[in-house]
Amino acid sequence: MLGIEDGWVVLAYLLCIVSALLCLVWGALKWNVDDTVEEPEEEIRQWAEEEDRVEEEL
Amino acid sequence: MSIWMIIIVVAYLCAIGYLGFRGFKSTKNATDYLLGGREAHPYVMAMSYGATFISTSAIIGFGGASAIFGMSLLWLPFLNIFLGIFIAFWLFGSRTRRMGLRLDAHTFPELLGRRFQSRFIQGAAGLIIFLFVPMYASAVLTGAAKYLAYQFGMEYNTALFVFSVIIALYVVMGGIKGVMYTDALQATIMLIGLSFLLVMTYQKLGGVTTAHQALTDMAELVPAKLQAAGHQGWTRMPKFGTPLWWTAVSTIIMGVGIGVLAQPQLAVRYMTVKSGKELNRAIPIGGVFILLTAGVAYIVGSLSNVFFQQTVGKISIAVAGGDVEQIIPMYLQAATPSWFSVLFMLTLMSAAMSTLSSQFHVMGTSIGRDLVEESIGKGKRVGGTLATRIGVMAGILASVYLSFVIEEKFGKTGTSIVARGTAIFFGLCACAFLPMYVAGLWNRRVTKAGAISGLLGGACSSLLWMIFVQEKASTALLLCNRFFGTRSLAIQLVDGKEIFVHSGPIIWAFVDPILIGLPISILATVLVSKFTEKLPEEHLDLCMGKSQPRTQQH
Repeated sequence: MLGIEDGWVVLAYLLCIVSALLCLVWGALKWNVDDTVEEPEEEIRQWAEEEDRVEEEL
Repeated sequence: MSIWMIIIVVAYLCAIGYLGFRGFKSTKNATDYLLGGREAHPYVMAMSYGATFISTSAIIGFGGASAIFGMSLLWLPFLNIFLGIFIAFWLFGSRTRRMGLRLDAHTFPELLGRRFQSRFIQGAAGLIIFLFVPMYASAVLTGAAKYLAYQFGMEYNTALFVFSVIIALYVVMGGIKGVMYTDALQATIMLIGLSFLLVMTYQKLGGVTTAHQALTDMAELVPAKLQAAGHQGWTRMPKFGTPLWWTAVSTIIMGVGIGVLAQPQLAVRYMTVKSGKELNRAIPIGGVFILLTAGVAYIVGSLSNVFFQQTVGKISIAVAGGDVEQIIPMYLQAATPSWFSVLFMLTLMSAAMSTLSSQFHVMGTSIGRDLVEESIGKGKRVGGTLATRIGVMAGILASVYLSFVIEEKFGKTGTSIVARGTAIFFGLCACAFLPMYVAGLWNRRVTKAGAISGLLGGACSSLLWMIFVQEKASTALLLCNRFFGTRSLAIQLVDGKEIFVHSGPIIWAFVDPILIGLPISILATVLVSKFTEKLPEEHLDLCMGKSQPRTQQH
């Protein structure tokens, strides 16, 4: 394939191109996506902790 | 040298000077100097990361190496793109940026030190960087100065001096902003130069498949010595378990491919952007950059054999008289038009300058900020960025001294020690920092003692392996010969003939330190963490965000 004899070398050649394409697609899909994970609201967090405590007591 | 060449070089230097000056003008405090105010543009960040990563030696050295090994080395650019860009930016970058911000970390050692609440880790990491980057830097510096001396017809020492002063000016004055702005310009030049080279090469050799087929058909021309070492042709992998297979897979592909994840001068760049959005935008830019720089160097290096075979009836290494580093320059001279040599000269200058400027900056921050201010001075600041700037100058002087003196004093032996600098630094960083870095980002169980054990275990084991076992490094470093009278403990002398010690397919003298040091470092980190005190929950919450309450996990 592509004039290259060894399948492992063909794979490396194609993977170089595919991984660069993966980067391009990722960039296009995530162009405006931020990584900041929304922290749960304080009240919800406290409620969840309270639930945990009650569950442990039970 | 033509008048055009002079005009283009002067214009290039003016542009570099202007960008360095812009960096200087917009640097007001330590965060600006160390992290560019955490507001770098994604293009600038990605190109700076790529240009720092790809040095002249990656183009000339690895390009020449692929003329010998062939296209099997393409596994390395694949790892560079997939691990070095995609995984690095997506998984490591995002978490590093957020943790750096939460801990107010300004350097890579500072991030590790604060994550594990240890000034020792910060100081030790800073010291490792300061001691070993000059070797890596002087390898790049020597190559660049020799190339410039040849191109401009000047003395080697003059070229070394002029080149270092230019870079020193914008690194000391402009800090990381000066470094990253100039890197972005230099990376753009590299991208254009190497893209042209790829198109020209394929065009000259009759297209993609025809060129590859011609290389495949040359398999019988592989020199007998290389065939005996496992070479099976330029479009085939070396034979499994042979010395050539170990060198290609263990040192070049694994050592450099994985080593990139824990490079301090690269990891610090994640902390220079404002949000995860910039990191996501940097991924396509970085991926394409590595494909069109590193990828091209390996393809063109391999295909140079076809060109030389068709034009002078010899393979590349024979044309270059055995000097691997001469293959790419000779190919350029013979196969490309004269206008291209000017563009390629700028490409190589850019590759060297961008790598060197980042190395100088990371040396300065490691000695000034990490070792002197934080570790020894217990957090006491020395005149804003003064300690760091002095550190940068000390780093530059150390690198120039190495390039200047070692070659003069030790001749070829000195050069080979310095040339091993890149590999030694990559291996050392991976073994010393990678387990601790990964654990710091994802694992709450790893303790301070565990992290320190991993750092020391990884650094010591990889250094010992380089000094006494790995044939290429131990031969260059000379210590094994001095203590044991042999260039590697994994080589036995039988009737005056060298025999490589092996266990099944493993030839120990060719095993890269990363395959020894990294498992030891991981093991030390995990085992010691099991029996030592965990870091306080509040600190872990600060570093990694609050752990999710149990009810939310159901």
